[in-house]
Amino acid sequence: MSVITIERKVLEKNEQIAARNRQIFQEHGIFVLNLVSSPGAGKTSILEKTFQELRDELNIAVVEGDVQTDLDAQRVARYGVPVIQIVTSGGCHLEATLVQDAVGNLDLKELDILFIENVGNLVCPANYDLGEALKVVVLSTTEGDDKPLKYPAMFLNSSVLLINKTDLIPYVNCDLNRLRNNALQINPSLRIFEISCFTGAGIPEWCNWLRKKEV
Amino acid sequence: MHELGIAENILQIVRQSVPEGQTAAVRRIKLRVGKLSGVVAESLDFCFGVMIGDTDMNRAGLDIEDVPVTSKCRECGNAFATDDFAFSCPACGGNSIEVVSGRELEIVEIELADESGEQI
Repeated sequence: MSVITIERKVLEKNEQIAARNRQIFQEHGIFVLNLVSSPGAGKTSILEKTFQELRDELNIAVVEGDVQTDLDAQRVARYGVPVIQIVTSGGCHLEATLVQDAVGNLDLKELDILFIENVGNLVCPANYDLGEALKVVVLSTTEGDDKPLKYPAMFLNSSVLLINKTDLIPYVNCDLNRLRNNALQINPSLRIFEISCFTGAGIPEWCNWLRKKEV
Repeated sequence: MHELGIAENILQIVRQSVPEGQTAAVRRIKLRVGKLSGVVAESLDFCFGVMIGDTDMNRAGLDIEDVPVTSKCRECGNAFATDDFAFSCPACGGNSIEVVSGRELEIVEIELADESGEQI
């Protein structure tokens, strides 16, 4: 028997492309956020609310990742925001090469903020760098306050937590304090916003944070 | 969930790393898989078996080393295991924690059978 020692990262190709994406985004001064959550947590609704608040001040574009259909792209396009839809046809997460191809179709010179809406999944997207500045994890109150403990990698690798559907708190078994504590136990530096896309609560605070980050 | 893609990446890297004409001699691929990497060892093993199926590398197997999550406190320098995913320092209670290990997904080494001695 002979042994070849190689010490190579299995995802090295993805990381190389992500680094290239990041460089391009930085060169163009674009603040790129990778939105991750389970399906139905409200990523697209948050984008819609964010456009309503910011579209007159900032140039925003979206890359939509879905397993099937361009329904999300249709929703986003209604706001006059440039959108590129990636259909993964079964793939459970976006990879850097898909984002590289997608942004090739956007006019980067004009952009301030790019949202990448990942495939709804609290597991795999945690481990694929797309070249974003940071990951924003969305968790809705209907999913329960224990999710940060059950899916720690996602909360550990994210910088911002948006707790969505706070208007449903009276009706669901979710303790907001416990949710916050569970999330901060995994990642003490998480920036947390409590929002409701239904009532609009918390959206101004989230958008203010985006304004400051973008400048 | 995405172990098939991971298995594909592993095969690609192994084919790049083994001297030409020797891929059929690959017997063992040693991997280091962190608890935070999101990869399930059993699933990866299964997918890898499917991928090599009727290729020249079909006598290769994975040897997976699980890497636990360990962290280091930026405030007091204490290093500690983080099996319960509680990322605060048990020594000083500090919240500024750096994950030192647990994210690994690496190929460490590849073992080849000698051309003459075709064991196994």
